[in-house]
Amino acid sequence: MTAPHQKTNSLRSGPDASGHFGQFGGRFVAETLMPLMLDLDEAYKKAKDDPAFQKELKRYLRDYVGRPSPLWHAQRLSKTLGGAQIYLKREELNHTGSHKLNNVMGQILLARRMGKTRIVAETGAGQHGVATATVCALFGMECVIYMGATDVERQKPNVFRMHLLGAKVTPVTAGAGTLKDAMNEAMRDWVAHVDNTYFLVGTVAGPHPYPAMVRDFQSVIGDEARVQIQEQTGRLPDGIIAAIGGGSNAMGIFHPFLDDLDVPLYGVEAGGLGMKSGKTAASIAQGVPGVLHGNRTYLLQDSDGQITEAHSISAGLDYPGIGPEHSWLHEIGRVHYVQATDQEALDAFQQLTRLEGIIPALESAHAVAYACHLAPTLNKDKNLIVNLSGRGDKDVPTVAAHLGVKL
Amino acid sequence: MSRIKACFDALKKEERGALIPYLEAFDPDRETSLSLLNGMVDAGADIIEVGIPFSDPSADGPTIQLAAQRGLKAGATLAGVLEMITQFRHTHKTTPIVLMGYFNPIDRYGVERFCKDAAQAGVDGLIIVDLPPEEADIIRPHIRAHHLDLILLTAPTTPDDRLKHILKDATGFVYYVTITGITGTNSATEEQLTQAMTRLRRATSLPVVAGFGITTPEQARSASKITDGAVVASAIIKEMAATFQDGKATEKSIPTALAKIRSLAQAVRS
Repeated sequence: MTAPHQKTNSLRSGPDASGHFGQFGGRFVAETLMPLMLDLDEAYKKAKDDPAFQKELKRYLRDYVGRPSPLWHAQRLSKTLGGAQIYLKREELNHTGSHKLNNVMGQILLARRMGKTRIVAETGAGQHGVATATVCALFGMECVIYMGATDVERQKPNVFRMHLLGAKVTPVTAGAGTLKDAMNEAMRDWVAHVDNTYFLVGTVAGPHPYPAMVRDFQSVIGDEARVQIQEQTGRLPDGIIAAIGGGSNAMGIFHPFLDDLDVPLYGVEAGGLGMKSGKTAASIAQGVPGVLHGNRTYLLQDSDGQITEAHSISAGLDYPGIGPEHSWLHEIGRVHYVQATDQEALDAFQQLTRLEGIIPALESAHAVAYACHLAPTLNKDKNLIVNLSGRGDKDVPTVAAHLGVKL
Repeated sequence: MSRIKACFDALKKEERGALIPYLEAFDPDRETSLSLLNGMVDAGADIIEVGIPFSDPSADGPTIQLAAQRGLKAGATLAGVLEMITQFRHTHKTTPIVLMGYFNPIDRYGVERFCKDAAQAGVDGLIIVDLPPEEADIIRPHIRAHHLDLILLTAPTTPDDRLKHILKDATGFVYYVTITGITGTNSATEEQLTQAMTRLRRATSLPVVAGFGITTPEQARSASKITDGAVVASAIIKEMAATFQDGKATEKSIPTALAKIRSLAQAVRS
């Protein structure tokens, strides 16, 4: 069994000291926030190197989040597809039902170390909001969640969960009332309450050190999967597939494998109504590099540099950008960025549910959809890992509506 | 000599600070904002800040957010904003124009082409809200080549050693964001501002102007005395926007904005 290791010229060594992955990333924030970003960077570096912090995090991940998550050989799905064997990394079994808690747990421990008492966060589908509200309840901290008004409407159960957990959910009506607008509003709150407030970012985007920090906290997914697949099959996998909105679950499972150049990595963007429809959330396929929310990355934007609205059936993928490390991995060709449409995700959602008894989140269903496309092209002795980043209970009303079923 | 330097030199002789009103380009339409821009000079503006509408103005409060949305709806583009400035310059040769905006539209336009076209249009300085000095190398050479000033932001959160570090290459003037917050929401006390100025004067010999949260003529007067100038943005836009009907300008819109500017101009001269 080989452990992940740092090589010279490792692809795992980024970002540089100023937070850049090649031309991407960086710290594009107003001066009011800049000193905070530098402080956060310092605080995170210290925590990362502190064995006591890592030990505390490990304990919470094991006893509260429920890690390690299993790696499940989906035999019926594999047999039906008739090609490569599919292994599901079961992040949907984490407490709160998705990979989000891995990152949130790390950051809340950091916020406590920094003496912050108030947490603000943005959320799209509500998974990150629920995870954040959960740890705020656990540690008795004030919690304000910004959520686009459109998302508040389409994710009502998660809004109520956050209320139950004691968080204040503030609907954002600016723009289209989705994730990017919630992100703007969370930044505005943070800039106005810098003394006591910690901005708990939910994905591998934003100004440095957020992309690197969130990736580090999510890398537990890939670290575990790397050991588990070797225990079960005796070798590294022949491909890893993960869905991408901002890209945190994908970055988490990819990162420990970046230097294993024989392992192809597939990031699945939301193809929405189809690549020719113009209604997608596929920032890499249909965007160009630009600057938003503190970092340079691929963005959906018009020819005047105005950010355009993303579209996906999945509220969690409905974001016009992508984490800067993904943009870099795309540019150097290490990760293949591919797409799955709303319809393909819906089909995969039902197929996985019927064949494995696992209801995936619509986000994760995009990864399953690509696996359904890729697996039949490979031999039966090949192994693919699919990151099942979240459970789909929250999406049941959306899926029912698309299938014409009235609940 | 640059228009900005000439302006502050003249103000020094008058022993007063600058009034720097702000308008959002194309809010609520091109003609109205161009008329307002032209009218600002006679109303007593010393320098004018022109906002470039952006879809995601994350450092701005609700007033400027809405102004930006109206501007975009009216068809604002970066090229369109520069055309406005070109037209303004036909009749107004000396009042400095500072463009304020976010980096992405400039990045998309191309930093080199933008600096060239902005200088040609008669722009004097640039405030790029989300481009801190650490990321500014991408545009600095072009700014220098075209004799523009990159106006740097400083904030209450900026520590002394950082002030010195970021202001050592600053040109034009320094913009002090008086509050930790977004535009148009709160205001600093005279005492806070005085203390901040002590810190800033130690770090730079450039003029320092105060902005974010200056609303009334009294606040503008006080801020322009403590610093070298007061930026007023949201307060003007708010009063003007109150005259709009269904998001469109009415005959009261421009007079209302100019009356507000006149009252501010009077205050900084008293």
